[in-house]
Amino acid sequence: MANDLIFQSAARLAALLAAGKLSSVELLQSCLARTKAVDGRVKAFNSYDEAGALALAKAADARRAAGQARGPLDGIPVGLKDVIAVEGQPLTCSSRMLANFVSPYDATVTSKLKAAGAIPFGRLNMDEFAMGSSTENSAFGPTANPWDLTRVPGGSSGGSAAAVAAGELPLALGSDTGGSIRQPAALCGIVGLKPTYGLVSRYGLAAYASSLDQIGTMAHTVEDAAMLLGIIAGHDPRDSTSFKAEVPDYRAGLAAKKGPWRLGVPKEFFGAGLDPEIGAAVKQAIEFYRKQGCEIKEVSLPLAAEHAIAVYYLIATAEASSNLARYDGIRYGHRSAAAKDAIDIYAKSRAEGFGAEVKRRIILGTHVLSSGYYDAYYLRAQKVRTLIRNEFTAVLRDCDALLSPTSPVPAFRIGEKSADPLAMYLTDIYTISVNLAGLPGISIPCGFTGAGLPVGLQLIGRPFQEADLLAVAHAYESAHDWHTKHPVLS
Amino acid sequence: MSTNSDLNLDYVANLARLALSDAEKAQFAHQLGDILHYVEKLKQVDVTGVEPMAHASPVFNVWEADVARPGLPVEAALRNAPAQRQNMIVVPKVVE
Repeated sequence: MANDLIFQSAARLAALLAAGKLSSVELLQSCLARTKAVDGRVKAFNSYDEAGALALAKAADARRAAGQARGPLDGIPVGLKDVIAVEGQPLTCSSRMLANFVSPYDATVTSKLKAAGAIPFGRLNMDEFAMGSSTENSAFGPTANPWDLTRVPGGSSGGSAAAVAAGELPLALGSDTGGSIRQPAALCGIVGLKPTYGLVSRYGLAAYASSLDQIGTMAHTVEDAAMLLGIIAGHDPRDSTSFKAEVPDYRAGLAAKKGPWRLGVPKEFFGAGLDPEIGAAVKQAIEFYRKQGCEIKEVSLPLAAEHAIAVYYLIATAEASSNLARYDGIRYGHRSAAAKDAIDIYAKSRAEGFGAEVKRRIILGTHVLSSGYYDAYYLRAQKVRTLIRNEFTAVLRDCDALLSPTSPVPAFRIGEKSADPLAMYLTDIYTISVNLAGLPGISIPCGFTGAGLPVGLQLIGRPFQEADLLAVAHAYESAHDWHTKHPVLS
Repeated sequence: MSTNSDLNLDYVANLARLALSDAEKAQFAHQLGDILHYVEKLKQVDVTGVEPMAHASPVFNVWEADVARPGLPVEAALRNAPAQRQNMIVVPKVVE
């Protein structure tokens, strides 16, 4: 029984639960067995609470037996990136700074999962404070890519992507500030959705760069990503940037919305630096849409392509230097035993608690906000951000969605780029501008390299039009079987 | 825009309240120099008359009713404190 459940979509598991052919406890036991069998090698989990999850699974089974199931995801485990708060559970952000921190409250997305009966299960590894593109910046060690254990899963939501790809969990939540859901989804061969900025509450998400951070869904299929989005989306008074938008039935929209669509292909996203095998796979996907009767238009995003990474690393580090000032060793988090006075507590606790990439970004962000540099760096970056947003707005006036590669390269080897931060930053070249513009983006599997590494297709949509974006993605997925292929972890 | 040599690591590390080792300083000076050199390219963009953008959400001036609500209980708020005594967080003396 247990082995048959691995790699099943959440929609399929929901149907089995609804038909009484599967219990939530059996499903959780299957996830636990798989995790115990493979996670010693994949290392997707920082920790998990087996007893707590089993209690929630039993409660879900009891509700269902009483005819009071709370919806399709009632009783289905959902993994959480270790940056999203669950009351009474660790919240480490994969940092020594928070190694012993226990959340005093639930994030809004956690409350919504619980209200839907879903079981928040596991604390999934990540780059420290979500700063990175490979999950190598975790204080607890890197996660491995299930397709090739010598390679990175991407990042920063690498644990979430690897756990789903390895069949340890059917669903997971990640967070995406510059590509941190879409890029690991692409490198691990799963679906990863970053919603429009403001669609999902950030309350209870440990902040990295607040104007860019957004929680999103990671899953085997577009339908699963849509189901999970429907649960976590919606206005929240506890997040002042949360938007008062209607939350449609995204899952129902997949079948209801049919093309042909007008799809834009940003020509600058196919230039130098793109792996030729990835370029070929993405072009085949574009051809699929053309054959379906979609109008394919070449579009141009010159500023986004040329300047998004520079703008991002000024704005994101500036915001990070401010957000991470809260980790001062006073109220919570690591406090240095060697400190003598207040200033010393701050400086030494932070020196001992943060890893190298976090320190680098705090220093850079402090520099670009400091007196004499603010206008030249931070303010100029905010203005170029406006121009990049305007570029997307203009292009999306005539296109329902844009198509591009998610990552210019397939999964790289652990250690390959870790000594060169700038080379690592450049792997986010196609995803980062989407966060700057606040748009929704999704990565779906669209093939494999000759070496057997997954390739991701990125689709970028209009603000708050996730239903359209998911429908376009679903049309491709329905006609291909990439999402049914899974890594072998004997 | 400024040049790489403008990054005074000791000054900025003090502003950030971050004690850096000599090895970290040497490594960061090199790596941040590369990054600052890279972002120089933004000088090429004409931003005359362009409004800066703080975030992408079309939401401004959010008001809430001025109504008291329960906050975190003291025990929960103190649960992660590095040192505590009598419902307070213990810190070193800050005033002589």
